[in-house]
Amino acid sequence: MSKTKTDKPLYVGCATGFSGDRTDGAGPVVDTLIALGGGVLNFETLAERTLALAQIEKRKNPQMGYEPLLDDLVGPVLQRCLEHNIQIVSNFGAANPQAAAQRIFALARMQGLRVPRIAVVHGDDLTQPEQLKFLLKKLGTDIDPSRVVSANAYIGAVEIAQALNDGADVVVTGRVSDPSLTLGPAIAHFGWAMDDWHKMGCGTMAGHMLECGTQVSGGYYCVPGQKPVPDMHRIGFPIAEIRADGSFSVFKADNTGGRVDDRTGREQILYEVHDPAKYLTPDVTADITQVTIASEGADRIRIDGVTGHTRPAELKVNVCYDNGYLAEAEISYAGFQARERAALAGETVRKRIGHLLPLRIDLIGAISIFGDDAGELIRQGLPESRDVRLRVAGVHLQKEIAEKILRDVTSLYCCGPAGGGGVRTSLRPRLDTLSCTIPREAVPCGYSFAQEQLP
Amino acid sequence: MSTTVKLALYQLAHSRAGDKGNTSNISVIAWDAECYALLVEQMTEARVAQWFGYRHPKNVARYLLPKLEAMNFVLEGILDGGVNDALNLDTHGKGLSFWMLDMPIDVPQALAARLAVKEYV
Repeated sequence: MSKTKTDKPLYVGCATGFSGDRTDGAGPVVDTLIALGGGVLNFETLAERTLALAQIEKRKNPQMGYEPLLDDLVGPVLQRCLEHNIQIVSNFGAANPQAAAQRIFALARMQGLRVPRIAVVHGDDLTQPEQLKFLLKKLGTDIDPSRVVSANAYIGAVEIAQALNDGADVVVTGRVSDPSLTLGPAIAHFGWAMDDWHKMGCGTMAGHMLECGTQVSGGYYCVPGQKPVPDMHRIGFPIAEIRADGSFSVFKADNTGGRVDDRTGREQILYEVHDPAKYLTPDVTADITQVTIASEGADRIRIDGVTGHTRPAELKVNVCYDNGYLAEAEISYAGFQARERAALAGETVRKRIGHLLPLRIDLIGAISIFGDDAGELIRQGLPESRDVRLRVAGVHLQKEIAEKILRDVTSLYCCGPAGGGGVRTSLRPRLDTLSCTIPREAVPCGYSFAQEQLP
Repeated sequence: MSTTVKLALYQLAHSRAGDKGNTSNISVIAWDAECYALLVEQMTEARVAQWFGYRHPKNVARYLLPKLEAMNFVLEGILDGGVNDALNLDTHGKGLSFWMLDMPIDVPQALAARLAVKEYV
């Protein structure tokens, strides 16, 4: 059931940039895609640590472990997508793509829609015992395999493209490289060869422009008085028009706020890029050294000059593991000598428990975000501030040691400097990450159509 | 003797920070060609390494994108461990672009007069 290839442009919209993004972005994107005659809807929902958190949910309940906001994302637009030739392609499967597929079947059933054809991509999860053994050896670590929470390879666009070629309405993945969510549909649409590195580079960078949602359409851009963005409360999510030659334009959903121009485009095309000649994904080594971005009409840009080179030989893998407990505690000081009182409070905590674990001390309102673990910037001098919040953070494998941070900051109410108030504390399991690359042969991938399991 | 004044980088460029592991990339996108030329001259790898010196970068690399009138700085080892490992509040280092934007730049007076902060609509 292979689809006919075409030279008509492909429209791909992206309605989230991370797990936790606004869930009401898809409606205007889908309406715009309908007006354009159909296309593909991406939801990008997997940041580096999201998958580990999803694995923890799956351990608690084998039916969970996919994007917790799935209902809010897909529910409002599923009918329009199924009726108007809009395929949904997303990594919202997280640690449990099969369960996500079952949930979408259930949403369709509840709304009285036809049964969607849902493809599930597999192969990214590397938590089988023999796979873990291989990975931990490769990483050169001696952590016990029982501490590993998640291990996933970043896989590419091939399986997504195949699933769409075979008629999928929805493609659910776990960990794939974010731009592959867009490149896969472009390969399926145009029939691009997987070793046409130029086109792979173009489709990848179109995906890169979309993958952070509104970060290309005015989100994460505004500086009041310098870089204005209209109506940020209803900012529009982006859509790419990808053409058969690989060039593409980016605009935003109709009737929304936000801003798309050569400025927002430049900020996003360099986002999380290292060497612009070598943007590595599973699909290609994309090259943006010669890229140009030009405004073409209101809230629309055209991107030219992208190319690509042979894909990397190996795939990137992230391994997340339990590493004790993260303790954070805060207390505020305001008014006369606030800065000095907060600093003294921090030193008091350090003298009591600093020998038990490394402490990070921030003086929020004076120096926190710019500060460093070693406190060098704080020692260079603190700016004037009359409203300062002390934050103390630390990690320890033993819960009772980590908890000492909470207890010692709380005790500042009585035993600390004058006028401390507003203590808040939190203790959370700590997840740390290790990364390596492994041969593609060690990551056998594929996809299959999910079968609806009726309750 | 040509006269220059010191302006903060944010008057000549805009910027966005991204992260991968313990490495931060910070783009510097000039407002125009004249600003770009000045920044290429002054924002060397050594100068940026010094500006972030208190974070002890393991390496600072600068990539030029003349067609975008932009530079991309890659600073290794400055995120106190990175998104999953750091004890700091902003584990991604998202705010570090604004540390970069405070860097002082020597600007010829004629250009400085033109750059008085304004809205770039």
